[in-house]
Amino acid sequence: MPAVSMTVNGKAVTADVDIRTLLVQFLRENLRLTGTHVGCDTSQCGACVVHLDGIAVKSCTTLAVQAEGCTVLTIEGLAAPNGPLHPMQEAFREHHGLQCGFCTPGMVMTAVDMVRRKGNELDEKTIRHELDGNLCRCTGYHNIVKAIAAGARAMKGA
Amino acid sequence: MYAFTYHRPTTVRQAVNLLAKNSEAKLLAGGHSLIPVMKLRLGSPGALIDMNKIEGLSGIELKGRSLVIGAMTRHGEVATSQVVKEALPALADLAGMIGDPAVRHRGTIGGAIAHNDPSADYPAAVLGLGATIITSKRRIEADEFFKGMFETALEPDEIITKVSFPLAKKAAYQKFKQPASGFALVGVFVSKRGADIRVAVTGAGASGAFRVTAFEEALKKRFSPKSIEGMTVPATGLNGDIHGSAEYRAHLIAVLARRALAAA
Ligand SMILES: Cc1cc2nc3c(=O)[nH]c(=O)nc-3n(C[C@H](O)[C@H](O)[C@H](O)COP(=O)(O)OP(=O)(O)OC[C@H]3O[C@@H](n4cnc5c(N)ncnc54)[C@H](O)[C@@H]3O)c2cc1C
Ligand code: FES
Ligand code: FES
Repeated sequence: MPAVSMTVNGKAVTADVDIRTLLVQFLRENLRLTGTHVGCDTSQCGACVVHLDGIAVKSCTTLAVQAEGCTVLTIEGLAAPNGPLHPMQEAFREHHGLQCGFCTPGMVMTAVDMVRRKGNELDEKTIRHELDGNLCRCTGYHNIVKAIAAGARAMKGA
Repeated sequence: MYAFTYHRPTTVRQAVNLLAKNSEAKLLAGGHSLIPVMKLRLGSPGALIDMNKIEGLSGIELKGRSLVIGAMTRHGEVATSQVVKEALPALADLAGMIGDPAVRHRGTIGGAIAHNDPSADYPAAVLGLGATIITSKRRIEADEFFKGMFETALEPDEIITKVSFPLAKKAAYQKFKQPASGFALVGVFVSKRGADIRVAVTGAGASGAFRVTAFEEALKKRFSPKSIEGMTVPATGLNGDIHGSAEYRAHLIAVLARRALAAA
């Protein structure tokens, strides 16, 4: 089995994996970072979004070996352990941007990437358009959109 | 997903050698068509040749009157490139309509063109602009490249390295999305470059992207929606499925062609 090495949430990790292992399986099953979810098998739902070298990707559509030597950030690494929530997480809490929470890690990671690309002032149209690849079966998106707008603004100060 | 061997060459030549040696091998670019196919076991290549560590395959360059895009250039880079937005805004628009942001971060132009999904967007631009596909072996004109759904003129050990798009005076792309997948139910790309007028359609053809020569002829007099007013496309040879009948797709082709002409 090939060895793969990468940095996940600031920690260097190495493991022997079956070549078929998807990045999301590696995160969930090898590293026990179960915050990253799998909601579909067609690359459409976005529950599995993580940042690979700073860019949002679907970890269900990336092989673990493709992340060799890369830096991966998951929902668990967004805020410091035991510290306050990341401003985007806090905004989801504050604005009730979730119900069951299944889609939330992917939503938050997508939202943070959205701010990287589009800045801190996001209008509703931009947010809805940018959420094309993240499905939520509960909320109807309204509060997610509100949370992202607020979180984006809060990230300016952070 | 079935098991495979994994290779990570650092040059095009190494990748070509690996392909030539292994008839079961497939290139891995963005993986956003290939990995879903493998997960669903619709395909099971015996070997994957990952192109992500090959230097010099990505980038966007204006060369004279052409826009040259490296095969590994991601959709997101094309969509947001200032060079593309100025030289060929229709191409930046098209790239920005592919999938969602995360898909655009990974998917590549070379992969999209080599895969030749009958509903993919890039084939419409390649045909609609008369682009040239540059490979590890030769240059292939757009009109010779697409050979029916998921089929191209590429040989088993041939790699796309670049795509060269001639700059058009006028061009635009209009896409009617299949709402669940985001792929084109129908997409129409129109362009005018001197006397060369092109109308290319994706999503609708039962054998992939194609040109509408009747529209192109009618547009020779004037490149305007008026020139094709009332014209229709026959439904024969078009796709029909639960998302839309062949007749509906034929109707959309004419509508989207007029909209693209108005926008160009
Ligand atoms: C959720 C989702 C939504 C999508 N929506 C759209 C959409 O709206 N419109 C659209 O057009 N596409 C869409 N796609 C497809 C996406 O654009 C793919 O990225 C693209 O079709 C394939 O590019 P890739 O780089 O990912 O190729 P890969 O998946 O890596 O490869 C695809 C095929 O091309 C071959 N190949 C790759 N690169 C080369 C090369 N340089 N030379 C020769 N052969 C090569 C591979 O061997 C493989 O057979 C979507 C995909 C997903 C997952
Ligand atoms: S699990 Fe990755 S997109 Fe659904
Ligand atoms: S909160 Fe349940 S899926 Fe989004």
